[in-house]
Amino acid sequence: MPRNTRRQILAAAALVPLLAAAPAFAQTLEEKLVIVTSFSRDVTGPFVEAFQKKHPGTKVEIQSRSTTAGVSFIRETRSNPPDMFWASAPDAFEVLKKGNLLQKYTPAATGIAQRVGPSPVNDPEGFYFGFAASGYGIMYNTRYMRANNLPVPKEWDDLKKPAYFGHVGISAPSRSGTTHLTVETILQGEGWNKGWATMLEIAGNFASVSDRSFGVPDAVNSGQYGVGIVIDFFGLSAKASGFPVEFVYPTITTMVPANIGIVAGSRNANAARAFVEFLLSEEGQTILLDPKIQRLPVRTAIYDKAPAGYPNPFKDTSLGSRVTFDNDASETRYELLNSLFDRMITFRLKELTEAWKAIHAATAAVERSKSAEGGRLLAEARRLATTVPVTEAQAKDPQIAGAFQEKKPDRPVAARQAEFEEQWDAFARRNYAEAKTLAERAAAAR
Amino acid sequence: MTAVLATSAPVRRASLLARWRATPFHLVCAGIVAAFLVAFLVVPVGSVVFIAFWDGQSFTLVHFADFFRTSIMIESTWNSIYVAVMTVAFATLLAVPLAYITVRFRFRGAALIQTLGVIPLVMPPFVGAVAMQLVYGRNGSINLLLMDWFGFRLPFMEGLNGVIFVEGLHYFPFILLNLSASLANIDSAMEESAQNLGASGWRLFSRIVFPLAMPGYIAGAALVFAKVFDDLATPLLLNVTNMLAPQAYLRVTSVGLADPMGYVISTILVVLSVVAVWLSMLSLRNRDFATQQRGGGGLAKRDLGRAESVAAYGFVAFALLLALSPHIGILLLSFGTIWSFSVLPDAFTLAHYSTIFRDAGGFMANTVLYCGIAALIDVVLGTMIAYIAMRTGLPGRNILDQVAMAAVAVPGLVLGIGILRTYFSVELPFGGGSLATFWLMLAIAYSVRRLPYALRSCTAALQQLHHSLEEAAENLGASKASTLTRIVVPLMAGGILAGFVTSFATAAVELSATLLLVTRDATAPLSYGIYVYMQSPAGRGPGAALGVVAVVVVAVATWLSYRVAEQDRAKRTRNGMAI
Repeated sequence: MPRNTRRQILAAAALVPLLAAAPAFAQTLEEKLVIVTSFSRDVTGPFVEAFQKKHPGTKVEIQSRSTTAGVSFIRETRSNPPDMFWASAPDAFEVLKKGNLLQKYTPAATGIAQRVGPSPVNDPEGFYFGFAASGYGIMYNTRYMRANNLPVPKEWDDLKKPAYFGHVGISAPSRSGTTHLTVETILQGEGWNKGWATMLEIAGNFASVSDRSFGVPDAVNSGQYGVGIVIDFFGLSAKASGFPVEFVYPTITTMVPANIGIVAGSRNANAARAFVEFLLSEEGQTILLDPKIQRLPVRTAIYDKAPAGYPNPFKDTSLGSRVTFDNDASETRYELLNSLFDRMITFRLKELTEAWKAIHAATAAVERSKSAEGGRLLAEARRLATTVPVTEAQAKDPQIAGAFQEKKPDRPVAARQAEFEEQWDAFARRNYAEAKTLAERAAAAR
Repeated sequence: MTAVLATSAPVRRASLLARWRATPFHLVCAGIVAAFLVAFLVVPVGSVVFIAFWDGQSFTLVHFADFFRTSIMIESTWNSIYVAVMTVAFATLLAVPLAYITVRFRFRGAALIQTLGVIPLVMPPFVGAVAMQLVYGRNGSINLLLMDWFGFRLPFMEGLNGVIFVEGLHYFPFILLNLSASLANIDSAMEESAQNLGASGWRLFSRIVFPLAMPGYIAGAALVFAKVFDDLATPLLLNVTNMLAPQAYLRVTSVGLADPMGYVISTILVVLSVVAVWLSMLSLRNRDFATQQRGGGGLAKRDLGRAESVAAYGFVAFALLLALSPHIGILLLSFGTIWSFSVLPDAFTLAHYSTIFRDAGGFMANTVLYCGIAALIDVVLGTMIAYIAMRTGLPGRNILDQVAMAAVAVPGLVLGIGILRTYFSVELPFGGGSLATFWLMLAIAYSVRRLPYALRSCTAALQQLHHSLEEAAENLGASKASTLTRIVVPLMAGGILAGFVTSFATAAVELSATLLLVTRDATAPLSYGIYVYMQSPAGRGPGAALGVVAVVVVAVATWLSYRVAEQDRAKRTRNGMAI
């Protein structure tokens, strides 16, 4: 109850400068603004500089923390919190919102798009705000592709080809909110079963599954593997820094907003609100076009100033518009999906890639031998290597999905996470081993 | 009634102390150590880890049962044990000859080798990972050359064997440092007697010299085991997830999830590490490694023959080149422009260094300050704990040792969250802000995390020190306190120095707790600076340049501490004060 009253007072306080219009900010801003962010200095630097020039009385302090450390820090410092959290992953903001660690605000800026791709730009409840959009796609190292004679991939399906065996990298969805959304988008775009089949077949070509999002562009930049499934700015900014890499958006992609939010109990809330308005202003949005930042503005008019060829998700209908995104389904199975991906792919990558190597070899052999028996065995091997132990209906079932969520008194008691994970792990090992044996038999069949 | 109590209490206390072979001074030391451990390790970590024993309403062991029912956990446990054992073996192959050659022979550049031998411990976060991949990776320099010349690749960094290779290169200095300190402490009379009795060569080494240096070797090997067992940077760098530490890390650091299994794994890691160290202590029990003669510089130095020289220098050069190649990679990265799928960077530049010297000077000073304080705390506490555990009969003395050792397995993130949780609302006087984010707390967090290193070195040093030297001092009227400070500590100097250097070097690149506790650039250390740069592709060069700075800072500090130790020793022997 006290929390609510405080929030109302804060909300009322927020209205005052709004009514007085933008210039009035200058008189009411605090001297300091502390921002916790997971963005690099390349991204934050230009914004902070321009903001301080505009509001000379306010000194902005940037605290760089990884997303996990940032969320933990805000959670543990309630008595004297930082003022803002500024990061990509929408799920981190959801966690903060559910913990009552953010405060409500309604940005005054106009000309901002309502939706980008499948999701609304701002949190519908007003706790955090999108300031830029990013989409997932494929990044590749041109030197590596030339040296290994690899064709340039354009669609997710291209990555299924045997030519890419051992050349593809991704970060785990449990470690990267944006990878999670990509996997979810593929599942929603192609349907649960077909989507997983695609995912597992691509995974058969994985060189590794990285535990941090930046590990993937790092490896592609250094040429450890050739192709990475990454968020656009990783690819675009690496190219802008001179690395021999290119980036393409596949047809089925999703756009996600990168966000900023004001922390509950902030002592410099006026400055924080001014910072939000600045990010969304024409001046702030133009900064996004900087080659070292390369994110997509949410203020649609900015694209008129962008260089030719700059992706525009609001004009280019192929960007993120093919999939209608079911937010509820995504939210129910969020944790389950992460765990399932880890059991089926991350932790059993060796077994999975061995199975697919055998399947690729058998496919070539059966094509030559035209053996009916071989074809039958191969189809069975493929089935085993593209199936998951959970149906779409089960993934929605609170009895199962609930086992992966935080225990709460108002949620029904579900079975234990550890039990499901053990079953899935056994399923994956058994299927991949069997698929490998069947594929080897198919290759030998005459 | 009161009179009776008043007279009997001191009497009982005195008799208890006598039974414990302790003095009030020892009690005070034990109290300080216990207070430090409780305040900065037990309470903060406990406040986070209790989830492993909590089902929402009450105490439970169900999560532990789950651990043993989960096949991937069992597999991970075996993988971790296998990797740790094999790494100790690999590290031994590198470290024992290096230590023996530098201590046993009149060898040019022994100090340089000892300094260079510490550098592998300093693997700057992220930069080290990138450099390792660029040198040893699938398409790293070495494999690209092999591919060009011979048409094949070597899987240096694939699977469990890759982990063993990288960890061995990274952590062999633990054995090198502790074994060197131990070898230098051997009484040369022992060696001479053996020679008089006809032993020489391999027989002399394997039957006399190495066994006498056993405490140092075991201390180093136990540290390598525990560290590899709990290390997550390397498995994550190689994307090997089927080991315990990465399993714990992946679960503990998922955004916003309170998954009890992560803490269950952490607890099991702590228990297994402590058991490993305890087993290593058992292997030394009931044997006496102490010798009475001191200060003669240990083994007699011998000149090398021509063929021996070639072999010795050849091995040293090979081992150091192998161990330092990631650092050569970091150096190239810091001077390179673009380095992608090629043996060397495309071109070279000084731009990255001008970038960091513009805005990174403070990082350097902070790192030296924090790590210096942390290493100092570690050797003081390490000496106290070793002394209490081995020289007194205080009840619970081994618990102090084990609790301090448990820190080796506590993830930095868990310690960081725990410190914030425990101390954030404690305000410093004079508007200094929160105690948890005060810069000294960073030094304390480092000291907690690195205490096991210093502790093992100090314990090994004390094991080689004969009790009779202290008794002699006491018979001559020295108090317990002055025996400790005037006799024991100077005689342990080599081991204490080894502990100081390992604590300092490894603290210089600590990241996970740093990321939680730093609040301002002005008070941030180098590792934070590296993290900030390595967030973007353009920051790779400056990040590597900062990594080079971190390595240089550690190298200079190490070299200086050797110089000081050497001068100290030389001064004492010259004055005829050899003890």
